[in-house]
Amino acid sequence: MIQIKVNGVQRSFDGEPDMPLLWYLRDVLALTGTKFGCGMALCGACTVHKNGKAVRSCITTMQSAAGSEIRTIEDIAANGLHPVQKSWMEVNVPQCGYCQSGQIMQAIALLNQKPKPTDDDIDDVMSGNICRCGTYQRIRAAIKAAAGERA
Amino acid sequence: MNTLTNVSRRSFLEGILSAGALVLCVRFVPENLWASDAASASRADQSVLHPSVYVGVDTDGTVYIIAHRSEMGTTSRTSLPLVLADELDADWSRVKVQQAIGDPRYGSQDTDGSHSIREFYQPMREAGAIARFMLIRAAARQWGVPEAECTTDVHVVIHKATGKKAGYGELAAAAAKLPVPKKEDLKFKPPSAWRYVGKGQTSYDLEDICTGKAKFGMDARIDGMLYASIEHPPVLGGKLKSFDEKAPLQVKGVRQTVIIDTFTPPHHFQPLGGVAVIADNTWSAMKGRKKLNPVWDNGAHAVYNSDQYKKELQQTARQPGKAARNQGDVYAAFNQGGKTIEAEYYVPHLAHASMETPVALADYRDGKVTVWASTQNPQAVQEVISQKLGIPKEAVTCYVPLLGGGFGRKSKPDYAAEAAILSKKVGHPVKVVWSREDDIRFDYYHTVSAMYMKAALRADGLPKAWLQRSVFPSIDSTFDVNATAASAGELQQGWTDLPFNIPNLRAENSGAPAHVRIGWLRSVANIYHAFAAQSFADECAHAAGRDSLEYLLALIGPPRVVDIKKSAPDYPNYGGSLEAYPIDTARHRRVIELVAEKSGWEKRKLGKGQGMGIAVHRSFLTYVATVVQVEVNSQGEVRIPRVDTAVDAGLVVNPEATRSQFEGAAVFGTSLARFGEITATNGAVDQSNFDTYPVTRMNEAPYKTNVYVVESSAPPAGVGEPGVPPFAPALCNAIFAATGKRIRELPLSRNKLVA
Repeated sequence: MIQIKVNGVQRSFDGEPDMPLLWYLRDVLALTGTKFGCGMALCGACTVHKNGKAVRSCITTMQSAAGSEIRTIEDIAANGLHPVQKSWMEVNVPQCGYCQSGQIMQAIALLNQKPKPTDDDIDDVMSGNICRCGTYQRIRAAIKAAAGERA
Repeated sequence: MNTLTNVSRRSFLEGILSAGALVLCVRFVPENLWASDAASASRADQSVLHPSVYVGVDTDGTVYIIAHRSEMGTTSRTSLPLVLADELDADWSRVKVQQAIGDPRYGSQDTDGSHSIREFYQPMREAGAIARFMLIRAAARQWGVPEAECTTDVHVVIHKATGKKAGYGELAAAAAKLPVPKKEDLKFKPPSAWRYVGKGQTSYDLEDICTGKAKFGMDARIDGMLYASIEHPPVLGGKLKSFDEKAPLQVKGVRQTVIIDTFTPPHHFQPLGGVAVIADNTWSAMKGRKKLNPVWDNGAHAVYNSDQYKKELQQTARQPGKAARNQGDVYAAFNQGGKTIEAEYYVPHLAHASMETPVALADYRDGKVTVWASTQNPQAVQEVISQKLGIPKEAVTCYVPLLGGGFGRKSKPDYAAEAAILSKKVGHPVKVVWSREDDIRFDYYHTVSAMYMKAALRADGLPKAWLQRSVFPSIDSTFDVNATAASAGELQQGWTDLPFNIPNLRAENSGAPAHVRIGWLRSVANIYHAFAAQSFADECAHAAGRDSLEYLLALIGPPRVVDIKKSAPDYPNYGGSLEAYPIDTARHRRVIELVAEKSGWEKRKLGKGQGMGIAVHRSFLTYVATVVQVEVNSQGEVRIPRVDTAVDAGLVVNPEATRSQFEGAAVFGTSLARFGEITATNGAVDQSNFDTYPVTRMNEAPYKTNVYVVESSAPPAGVGEPGVPPFAPALCNAIFAATGKRIRELPLSRNKLVA
């Protein structure tokens, strides 16, 4: 039995230990804000926070997530919109929106590490998250706006 | 339990209004689809006033507006209701947008071809004007004042002389009893009174998207549903010979395997066939599938090897083809001698690769199917399921959640038919989830094309003759096994519509056999045609020793309407009339001149390895000129610091969404230009995920794309696609300016930019 904390709630899992966290979140817990995009950690749509760090839930097995604290997009606005979400809305980042949960989770992790990221910092961290609609320049602008708000 | 009663025909309230068949047809996502939505599920069809298929006004003042086109990121779900809300003088914050199910009563719901606004701007205005008219009439009667003295402000009817005022909600019940007005009696707001149209509005779903609450096709859930992952034949038309029936069942959570028959040609939107693994969750289905060990009879298309095929296409392009447009006599002009220039271009197959893979949930019971599909075309979902299951179309109810991208792929609902077939066979609702590998390997690919160009130049460097040939397998092959030649619909896209002012001009095409499924992808044939024509224009400018932009304007020639029917009688003009949507070179010129000014073209000072390139292209009745700046370093790596795009799309309903579309088009164009390439070996596609089919990431994308929207009162045209075609040629022209290296084959990753 695998113990895991998801968005503050302690859970037990007795399924296949090699099941990726992504499918546990989506299919078992119905936390569908976290998206499937590639299954190989190539696109970042499935990004969640594991013990505060951004991870790709599509390659994070339940076994490797055992005992950890997981936070998903659903929890980010639990006490009102996060500054990153606010700036995402102000800049009007999304088009189709499918990748944006992952983008926002990655951006929050970036700003936690580097409150004033440079363009290179943003490129380094955000280039793992694909947006096929091509909202990158707005993502960059929203991250900078959020960095300003936090200052 | 799934509550099918919520989606039954009874929710049509028919005959409550006058003849003219303005029937309310509004339906909803059943509450149990997404439990969190249960409380907010509303019923527009129970609202009191509902004078058309698109709008209802409830007694509490809530205005329900139906979005009947799919939302895949182009904001049609917001922008069309916005048009209605504006004409109704409604308060946007009191509007609830309801997504329509598939139903022919809405007209076309096939959300492709960049025509949502073009086709439905007017119907949406009329629907809003009808409701406003009826609310005014109801108020005037209540107050005993002339209608003509009543007007509206946001969500209220006002009679100025008496100071009377009534909210839309208060008036809804009385208005509902009135006959629907005649179209000629409607009064439309003057543009100066528009509150929303032309002002820009963010997506109705913006906050839900940013908080993870938005429900995409991938997120559909109903009680008792199972999950399926399907192994398809690796070669188009291949048949399953055998597979391991037992091994998948050893995976925890796997319930059974189900064979899906290979389609009978033409493949159309039918499932490819193969074998499905049914399981309790997506992961178990995917894991079980790895143990299938299938053996295939690959069939006739196993002969397809894209390297060899490319040579055949190029060979064909060197030979005369069938003229799709002809004026003057290019061959006679070439025989007169003088300076001629020739070039060949090539663009490979492309995959759509939307972030959300094809996905659908279907529930078959008692001869009826309810399906939640990530689809651009819910009526096609009804059709293909009806055909495959032998049930009437009306027995298929298709809900349309948000789409995680589409780009044309999701107009073809083969995956929705798979879900319906499987649900019937296993007796449970089944959700079919395609992996990324499935998506890339079993797409309806953008076609592969070879172009041959030849021009004879006068002493001033401008062409006296221009010949262009394209060769590619046609989209028609998806619907007709014998189809090889291009359709007029494909040839209009950047080929027969060439706006250049050249006396001898000829556009030819030769057919080619298709070995994979071919479909439309964002801007379709414009991609390769614009790449060839706009690159070749730049080659001619260079041969003439003239500035690329100045030469392009000279090629376009004086402002005029191109008499296209004279030289290309089959030219379809994207279904728009040539009176309303002529090929107007004044508009080509305007976008070129605008982008020239904004990009600083004339004053450009470029260092080593830097270049600027331009291209202009009209597609989907919209005129676009794009200037791309590049930097190419000593390793041949390309950086795109800046893109400037000028757009004339006629009347623009939502400039904010339009800017987003053109920013995105620059990134989409970057993807296809830098990396886009699908190849095949022995009939099977070689690429499978973002490692082998890369798309543009943030560090590879244009750093800044500036979009300039021309203010226009011309009829509205498309914005979703037209940004894509000029991008690749503008980029490659910039690379030529930077390096002297002419790119004639895409993608760039196939070219060496430094020695």
